[in-house]
Amino acid sequence: MNYFPDEVIEHVFDFVTSHKDRHSISLVCKSWFKIERYSRQNVFIGNCYAINPERLLRRFPCFKSLTLKGKPHFADFNLVPHGWGGFVQPWIEALARSRVGLEELRLKRMVVTDESLELLSRSFVNFKSLVLVSCEGFSTDGLASIASNCRHLQDLDLQENEIDDHRGQWLSCFPETYTSLVTLNFACLEGETNLVALERLVARSPNLRSLKLNRAVPLDALARLMACAPQIVDLGVGSYEDEQDSESCLKLQAAIRKCTSLRSLSGFLEAAPHCLSAFHPVCHNLTSLNLSYAAEIHGSHLIKLIEHCKKLQRLWILDSIGDKGLEVVASTCKELQELRVFPTDLQGGGNTAVTEDGLVAISAGCPKLHSILYFCQQMTNAALITVAKNCPNFIRFRLCILEPHKPDHVTSQPLDEGFGAIVQACKNLKRLSVSGLLTDQVFLYIGMYATELEMLSIAFAGDTDKGMLYVLNGCKKMRKLEIRDSPFGDAALLADVNKYETMRSLWMSSCEVTLGGCKRLARKAPWLNVEIINENDNNRMEENGYEGRQKVDKLYLYRTVVGTRVDAPPFVWIL
Amino acid sequence: MLSEEELQSNVSVASSSPTSNCISKGGGLKVHNYFGLSDSSSVESSTLSCGEDDKGTISLKATELTLGLPGSQSHARETKLDEKPFFPLLPSKDEICSSSHKNKRGFSDTVYTEKNWMFPEAVANQSVVKKEVTTNIPKGQLSTTNNSSSPPAAKAQIVGWPPVRSYRKNTLATTCKNSDEVDGKPGSGVLFVKVSMDGAPYLRKVDLRSYGNYGELSSALEKMFTTFTLGQCGSNGAAGKDMLSETKLKDLLNAKDYVLTYEDKDGDWMLVGDVPWEYMFIDVCKKLKIMKGVDAIGLAAAPRRMEKSKIRA
Repeated sequence: MNYFPDEVIEHVFDFVTSHKDRHSISLVCKSWFKIERYSRQNVFIGNCYAINPERLLRRFPCFKSLTLKGKPHFADFNLVPHGWGGFVQPWIEALARSRVGLEELRLKRMVVTDESLELLSRSFVNFKSLVLVSCEGFSTDGLASIASNCRHLQDLDLQENEIDDHRGQWLSCFPETYTSLVTLNFACLEGETNLVALERLVARSPNLRSLKLNRAVPLDALARLMACAPQIVDLGVGSYEDEQDSESCLKLQAAIRKCTSLRSLSGFLEAAPHCLSAFHPVCHNLTSLNLSYAAEIHGSHLIKLIEHCKKLQRLWILDSIGDKGLEVVASTCKELQELRVFPTDLQGGGNTAVTEDGLVAISAGCPKLHSILYFCQQMTNAALITVAKNCPNFIRFRLCILEPHKPDHVTSQPLDEGFGAIVQACKNLKRLSVSGLLTDQVFLYIGMYATELEMLSIAFAGDTDKGMLYVLNGCKKMRKLEIRDSPFGDAALLADVNKYETMRSLWMSSCEVTLGGCKRLARKAPWLNVEIINENDNNRMEENGYEGRQKVDKLYLYRTVVGTRVDAPPFVWIL
Repeated sequence: MLSEEELQSNVSVASSSPTSNCISKGGGLKVHNYFGLSDSSSVESSTLSCGEDDKGTISLKATELTLGLPGSQSHARETKLDEKPFFPLLPSKDEICSSSHKNKRGFSDTVYTEKNWMFPEAVANQSVVKKEVTTNIPKGQLSTTNNSSSPPAAKAQIVGWPPVRSYRKNTLATTCKNSDEVDGKPGSGVLFVKVSMDGAPYLRKVDLRSYGNYGELSSALEKMFTTFTLGQCGSNGAAGKDMLSETKLKDLLNAKDYVLTYEDKDGDWMLVGDVPWEYMFIDVCKKLKIMKGVDAIGLAAAPRRMEKSKIRA
């Protein structure tokens, strides 16, 4: 194996960047394992409780970038109570104590405190990039520490976090000598923004590529910002409320015309309908467009904008665009790869903005489409079968019919056939979310055909344990399985305990699983953390004695090499 | 039993079809395949798929890896749905199936109620039964039962459904709210705010838009936080819990032990109830907190105002 000196092998390894590939090469032999260990730059930890910082540092002493994910996915939908866990503090403390030269930290669904941010900002001299997605627990004071102390910061990217906005002066905490900003995204901040500090910061950041503003940045400020950052590639517009022909509007249009590098547009959190036309001159270059928060803009304006976006690869939009709008997308955006259509009316009150027709149109018009998230009121098997025929390249297919248990609205049949067609045609399908009326049959199809499936989300579906068994037996590459309100119970849960060692996690809520079943599972599989989240009075579960019939409200289990976690709150019971 | 009648009628129909081989194998007996399905199909399905080669071998085909799309055998699949479910869990299910026509009710019963977080036993059976309604009742009836279903209870919301991030819900709600001020259209969307209570181990969230006035909010919060106040009262926890809880909390509130406050846009803590619900409270409320009476002394004349707001609401 060692015909080459280690340095040469290491150099070759530098070209191997994906986590899966690096994992594979580490398994080849002891020598490669060692070389890979010391040269690993990026570490990805999909479940922060699967391992602890000490073991991470023992294996990879030299990494520069760490990605951590905390809460399970369903936490996004309020299914995980506040305080469940996912605290980043112990990680930052451990990394700070060691001598690792951390440069990048990416966190998703974790609890971050101002204390953590302060410690982070002081502990790593070369820290460059902070990306927080769906995190909570911190305030703008924490951001102020980052701004003040991270001399070489390039990226501060805050995506959809819950941040306590103290309306402080965090933006003015960036020193005057600081000029290395590349990415700044504070769209999720709710409060006032120091516009003067912001403009000065942008003016002294020649490398700025991505700027996403919050709702408190008005039109005239936007015009000035764009005028001093014409090199911008990715823009998130905050607020766009002004008269159509005002001076600010004209200035903005002039500034926009100079932004020839602009490729990605988002935001429009507060947007007057006519504002989109200001961006028409740059549309022909846009590859990414996110209008999914622009609730006030009517479909017709959206359509006029999209007609110019011939190079669009990624589109996130609200269902107010309608089927007609999706037909325009289908005929215009031939490069489209990813589409997300979000619901405007969350109550499901009969406003049928997009239907199966829109989905079929997109599948017919966009040959490169590989990822879709589609919220709609109704669907048919025929439509899904057509979509499968048109688009066999799906990697991610998430369909959410707003009303649970809703059948094919034409034939009144379950949607088993439609989803079956999707999994059979799409051989590379990695992620699937199903909805509507579904029997065990659909899971038989999934188990048979979805060989590459890694993540499956199930809600209000299935008839018996066999449904879940088909999936567990059939999908060899399953990593994350999340199920809610479906009649799967202990028999399915316990059928193949070793399966869970090949998966990252399993979530089951409002199913038929009992406490007795969970306890049996925990006994059989000591390398799993089996967590019961029970917001009822805890004691009732113990005293009852009827474990076999005591249904578990929320079950979350995951493989781990470090045993039971010590930071679980009282309503989480680890068996 | 419904199944027996089906079987006999199928045997007579099927035996006339030259292509069906599995039925002839079974004769009058039910032949169970790997999945526990009988090869006999319901009356209606046999009329649909009469003459199809694979009618009798439907269930076995399910395990085969086929090249054709499942949809191309749609007739076969439709018959499959009318067959008995795999390994019925309870023997009496057939009776329940034929008599009940509960369709949409199932899921609205799973609606989140503070007192009952888990799937109630009755509802669990009901929702499983509901699936079998769709599989056992012939197609004609099926479409009418589904079409006649009333839309799901509009007011009742299922926790975490539709699967849209709270961040998105809140952002859209704020956007809609602001535009409504201009256009005068009725508000839509949701507005979740955190609710904390002194001494409670964790916080809750409520959707302010789902209440019409202070009274509704107040009773919702009472229901939500009864467990904590009981824990603090210490006394008779087990017996008569339900009866105690609401009255206990009301008593606590009335006895001025707890006061409901909110944080407004300026970051100040204000007493709930002073400003008009629709036009001012919803717009400015960022967080709610149930404070202990002693801590709320700074909010002048707390008790009297609480009562006043209750009268107004």
